[in-house]
Amino acid sequence: MSGNEKLKAELARWSAGVEKSLAKHPERRERFVTGSKAPVERLYTPVDLEGRDHLEDIGLPGEYPFTRGVQSTMYRGRFWTMRQYAGFATAEESNKRYKYLLEQGQTGLSVAFDLPTQIGYDSDHPLSAGEVGKVGVAIDSLADMEILFDGIPLDKVSTSMTINAPAAVLLAMYIAVAEKQGVTPDKLNGTIQNDILKEYVARGTYIFPPEPSMRLITDIFAYCSKEVPAWNTISISGYHIREAGSTAVQEVAFTLADGIAYVEAAIKAGLDVDEFAPRLSFFFNAHNDLFEEVAKFRAARRLWAKVMKERFGAKSPKSWMLRFHTQTGGSTLTAQQPDNNVVRVAVQALAAVLGGTQSLHTNSRDEALALPTEESVRIALRTQQIIANESGAAETVDPLAGSYYVESLTNRIEDEAWNYIRKIDSLGGAVKAIEHGFVQQEIQDAAYAYQMDVESGERVVVGLNKFQVKEAAPEGLLRVDPSVGASQAAKLEALRAKRDSARVEAALASLKAASKSDANLMPPIVEAVKAYATLGEICDVLRATFGEYQQKVTI
Amino acid sequence: MERTIRVLVAKPGLDGHDRGAKVIARALRDAGMEVVYTGLRQTPEQIVQAAVQEDVDVIAMSILSGAHNHLFPRVTELLAEKKVDDVLVIGGGVIPEGDYEFLKSKGIAAIFGPGTPTATTVEFIRTHLKR
Repeated sequence: MSGNEKLKAELARWSAGVEKSLAKHPERRERFVTGSKAPVERLYTPVDLEGRDHLEDIGLPGEYPFTRGVQSTMYRGRFWTMRQYAGFATAEESNKRYKYLLEQGQTGLSVAFDLPTQIGYDSDHPLSAGEVGKVGVAIDSLADMEILFDGIPLDKVSTSMTINAPAAVLLAMYIAVAEKQGVTPDKLNGTIQNDILKEYVARGTYIFPPEPSMRLITDIFAYCSKEVPAWNTISISGYHIREAGSTAVQEVAFTLADGIAYVEAAIKAGLDVDEFAPRLSFFFNAHNDLFEEVAKFRAARRLWAKVMKERFGAKSPKSWMLRFHTQTGGSTLTAQQPDNNVVRVAVQALAAVLGGTQSLHTNSRDEALALPTEESVRIALRTQQIIANESGAAETVDPLAGSYYVESLTNRIEDEAWNYIRKIDSLGGAVKAIEHGFVQQEIQDAAYAYQMDVESGERVVVGLNKFQVKEAAPEGLLRVDPSVGASQAAKLEALRAKRDSARVEAALASLKAASKSDANLMPPIVEAVKAYATLGEICDVLRATFGEYQQKVTI
Repeated sequence: MERTIRVLVAKPGLDGHDRGAKVIARALRDAGMEVVYTGLRQTPEQIVQAAVQEDVDVIAMSILSGAHNHLFPRVTELLAEKKVDDVLVIGGGVIPEGDYEFLKSKGIAAIFGPGTPTATTVEFIRTHLKR
């Protein structure tokens, strides 16, 4: 008898015994499921991994298919980048928060912009009223960006900017600020999110329709491959898809389907896959089911490696690697007993680390209530530092590999994600699947099912539907000064009076001409930014040529 | 026969988080109400216009961006300007409890924070209709 035959016989004997004892000692529930409602068996053994080839499926770290991680030594070389997403009110206030975070041992910056900035409106636009500086910092022109990074050497930090529809404009501003610091673009490290497809389905800060949006993205790929070679030109994001209610499988599938769409668009625009693919990066969520989340990251890496090598014929191993940032799950935080969120965040952050993340944002305990206070952010950062320095999770590569459970989950998530990708292919790709509303509907169905499970008590959320206490309204929340809107408007007025308006007009005119041709839009955007054209003015030029996206409303 | 309750679920402002709005929309529908969802990025003017056009009994707004103190009261002001006084206006989202009193004083009948069961909102609507 082979090893597994003997094991199978033993398992049958053992299971019969367990089944008999269930009458007397029943299990807690009839069916056990993961956080995403996938079935979980009582026991996993080598039988569950039968027929899989260790080297082909799991392999070695730093090598295809990268199941075990993208680097050969992982965190033995250096820890992941600890990068807390931050920004609020004015550039001055946010600059202070960044300096504080760097002093506390944070190793990279992550800029949150307010909604008007993300949607390409100046702070004095009527639609900006009430929104200026609320969910992030207000940036209207290069002048604000100069203040935002004042005293922060851009050749020494890496900066991630959560900016999508107007990503080209903010990247141009970053390049211009660096130039003023005497830092050339080839020295810049960082990421722009630049992922419009998930904005249409999950995050909502779109401006232009898909076609010109995809052009802006591929223009950035082309420009950066020459001018800003170390820059991550896109962060293809599953984070918001998961926050919108998707399952772990859907998070992987829809994110990688979006990634496929970007690669196809870039190849169609004439770019060589190995020239831009090494600069693609990803962004995932980490929810509470530790093992499922770890498996998700491992499955995503293996899937993407296969997509790049087999589907797109990429030759460079760097093109096959799925490098990713992780943020812990905002939607898992409760407004009730908010200190409990520290524990949730710790579990989620551990999942990200055991899953091999390249950088990590840990949410603060008070984020179901407001933007986090400085104290809450410090606890969140300390959580990462404890995992890095005290938990032991960073001392060896991919420590959960070989767990029968985790490997089984990894295989299942990969298989089910492939099914979705095939379905999306059959609909004509991610852009078409979004236009049909397919992706949105799948996410909403999962979100609704989750909510119903919480309401029925089927899913326990501690402090919310079980173990509740009477509590007073929380105190000491961060409040953004409502006068930020007025102060930004005053700054804009002063800027418009002071700047060289002939240069602004000329720059906007050449941007307009470029938008109607096939020319790369980055150079005229860089020039417009340097002339102190505002973000709103630049986006208005593009709106006039490209039109605006009309949302597909589904419930 | 009992009249069907009509609800406008609306997303005022620039906020793109609509998971909650869509879950509520579906829960109200499953509870037998007729629901119209506006989609994202609605101005208070557009919301009030849609409410009048659709002849709704309830406007349920969701904001997670922090702009609630500016946008919610605009909606009730515009309703008052149009002499509409029989529409129940409620809100939800990431809204600090410290703002509830202010919003109530501006005519927002109730605020439902994170973690509120949808059944609570359904029950509130059924018992607080203004017509």
